[in-house]
Amino acid sequence: MIHEYDVVVIGGGIAGLYTALTAAENVKVAVISKVHVTRSHSVSAQGGIAACLGNEEEDHWEWHMYDTVKGSDYLADQNAVEVLAKGAPNAIYKLENIGVPFSRNAQGKIEQRRFGGHTKNFGEAPIKRACYASDRTGRAIMDTLYDRCLQKGVKFHNEIFIQHLLFALNNCCGAIGYDIAMSTPQVFHAKAVVLATGGCGKIYKTTSNGYASTGDGFALALDALLPLEDMEFVQFHPTGIYGLGILISEAARAEGGVLRNGLGERFMERYAPTLKDLAPRDIISRAILKEISDGKGVYGKDYVYLDLREIGKERLNQKLPEITSFIQTYLGIDPSEKQIPVAPTCHYIMGGIPTDIEGHVLADKAGNVLPGLYAAGECACVSVHGANRLGCNSLIDLVVFGGRTGLSILKEINARIVQPISVQAESIVTDKISSLIESKGVECIAVLRENMQLLMTEQCSVFTNGQALEQTLLVIRQLKKRASNVGLANKSRIFNYELQEALELNNMLRIAEVIVYSALQRKESRGAHFRSDYPERNDEQWLKHTFINETPTGLKESYKPLAKGRFMLEKRSY
Amino acid sequence: MKVTFKVHRFNPEIDKEAHYDSFTIEIEPNDRILDCLNKIRWTQDSSLAFRMSCAHGICGSDGLTINNQSALACQKLVKDYDYFKEIVIEPLKYFEVVKDLIVDLNPFFERIKSINPIEVSNPTIDELEKERTQTIEERNRFDDALKCILCGCCYGACPVMTEQDQEFIGPAAILREQRYIFDSRTTAVNERLQILKKPHGVWGCKSYFMCTVVCPKNIKVTEAILRTKKKIIQEQSKVSNRRETGGN
Repeated sequence: MIHEYDVVVIGGGIAGLYTALTAAENVKVAVISKVHVTRSHSVSAQGGIAACLGNEEEDHWEWHMYDTVKGSDYLADQNAVEVLAKGAPNAIYKLENIGVPFSRNAQGKIEQRRFGGHTKNFGEAPIKRACYASDRTGRAIMDTLYDRCLQKGVKFHNEIFIQHLLFALNNCCGAIGYDIAMSTPQVFHAKAVVLATGGCGKIYKTTSNGYASTGDGFALALDALLPLEDMEFVQFHPTGIYGLGILISEAARAEGGVLRNGLGERFMERYAPTLKDLAPRDIISRAILKEISDGKGVYGKDYVYLDLREIGKERLNQKLPEITSFIQTYLGIDPSEKQIPVAPTCHYIMGGIPTDIEGHVLADKAGNVLPGLYAAGECACVSVHGANRLGCNSLIDLVVFGGRTGLSILKEINARIVQPISVQAESIVTDKISSLIESKGVECIAVLRENMQLLMTEQCSVFTNGQALEQTLLVIRQLKKRASNVGLANKSRIFNYELQEALELNNMLRIAEVIVYSALQRKESRGAHFRSDYPERNDEQWLKHTFINETPTGLKESYKPLAKGRFMLEKRSY
Repeated sequence: MKVTFKVHRFNPEIDKEAHYDSFTIEIEPNDRILDCLNKIRWTQDSSLAFRMSCAHGICGSDGLTINNQSALACQKLVKDYDYFKEIVIEPLKYFEVVKDLIVDLNPFFERIKSINPIEVSNPTIDELEKERTQTIEERNRFDDALKCILCGCCYGACPVMTEQDQEFIGPAAILREQRYIFDSRTTAVNERLQILKKPHGVWGCKSYFMCTVVCPKNIKVTEAILRTKKKIIQEQSKVSNRRETGGN
């Protein structure tokens, strides 16, 4: 089936919906999602969205910019960070104006709270910069955007798994996938295509990400011979529920929660004397694992405690109701009485598909744009997060750059010529599906996936080193080979999730290889990328962005200079 | 320990009618029901079809009927049930079953769409107000409704929907409208009340309280519906008072 639109957005999270909403001014826009709309992982965002509104205390965009640049361990492009920090307040006002139900302070203004790495006056002390809707900020924004998109006539195509981008004369002119319900090809023909496909946390065993976060957009980009930027920078959030990986927002520490080791010590005081438990995530995750490796985990095990008891029952229910409730559900613990076992969990991909600050996808490190293709959100790399993202900066990234992407589409769409799509487009997908369903392969998807997830979590997470990376790269390549020989027991064409998981596994293994390969090349430690064989930041050699391309002879790296700006390099201490 | 799950099966490609399959798996009392379903799918029968996404009760994908009551598979643990007996897993009631545990959610999302008046316009960047203020009390009036994750559990539990009026707009749609009607910033309150006054609208609710009982987010759904009904009556009496006094 062929669907005709002006704009097709792949991915229905906040970046996708905000781009769609912005572009939907007399323009036919469709949002395509692998899950149902409102199920994308943006709904899991808990704590807040950063902007220097100054509703609680004095704040300036320069302070926000400084924190973001320092948080990124100086790898972010400062022109992009400036756009983010300057544009954030208006983005929040726009969200408020379309109906997002932010929590309010006593003056009736949007309430703000502290968050990791956000400071006043260039690092002096924590600042209240995070706007929020209790601890359901993502859900609240998503629901509002969904309703507004419906009012604007945005069309939703649910449960469609996109497999290929379509190009004609070096222009992106659509995408093709299949509907999960019937496994029939679905062709989307458009003047502009937006990738808003999120991240790939499911490459790791322990992750805060949902099942749908399998890096599909990254794989689409690689298929289109596009580079991926800075993929070695994978964020591990310090406070995942031990064992489950479910996220407990930094908001818990912003409201007064503290981390304690097995001896009951507030160990963050030793690692970040000024910001303590509100230091950036990479620093806290390393601190937790250091405590554990020093034998100071709880009962000598591989977790520490998050102590929310000081916050008190009433305030927990008021400020952190969602977290309080799922801690009760999954651990049977009342956080006002007992401490919560936590450990780092894979959370966010700082790298991604390189874009400029208007959302155009870059075809190469020289900055050439690929006409008709845009990207926004976690799958994109602008880069505002550099080597480590600050909490609350992802939601604001989605809205600021989602909005800019929508506006550039609006500006450019009328001048864009509709390119014809090849008549064979459908067969790309039908062949792919048939060959998997009819495969006589013997490998089991669940086994390969578990191997990959364990390997990545054990070897390539908060700490890694050259030897581990080399070993992992070999195994990932073996797993890739084995994955080309999977066999499906399920031959059905209706809701065949085994088929979907086979395709997702291929995507994840490709991205895992890129992550490990990128990390192996970068012989330094910066932000979330920490190599025990190169434990120091090396600005002379590595203050540059990694670009990785898939080529017929394997992955190839190249490097792009940084966009420097007003803030000079500093030693990163908190 | 070993636990047996009796799972609703229906494959439209081969089955004329639904049947049940039993699967016995090795699991722990603290495992989520969703973990159990995944274990079945990954180790015993890869054709078992069910939806999932976030796996911690915020995306709303895995609403099912577990031991005859609507619930989220990722929010219920094995120990929440009597696991010495078979745990029965079925699709959400009310909806048409497409395959195994998957239902057609279109009627649900169509209703969510239907409560959205098209007239409401979005401010463009040039029309931006800085920020509209709202007191904490005003914000609290619709706070409970914001917890809704559109899982559809309330539709599967509502006796009006399942037994009396298939066309009933349903608890989640009314709840979402309540969220806007009680938001001090909403300009189209009257239009929204009109939508709910239509046949099969808010007056279809007979206060069985089943939506409240099953709601995975513990929302007081029935109370929100009753508050909406009260609001409609209040607005009507305002209008008739104006008519009687000749004012406007």
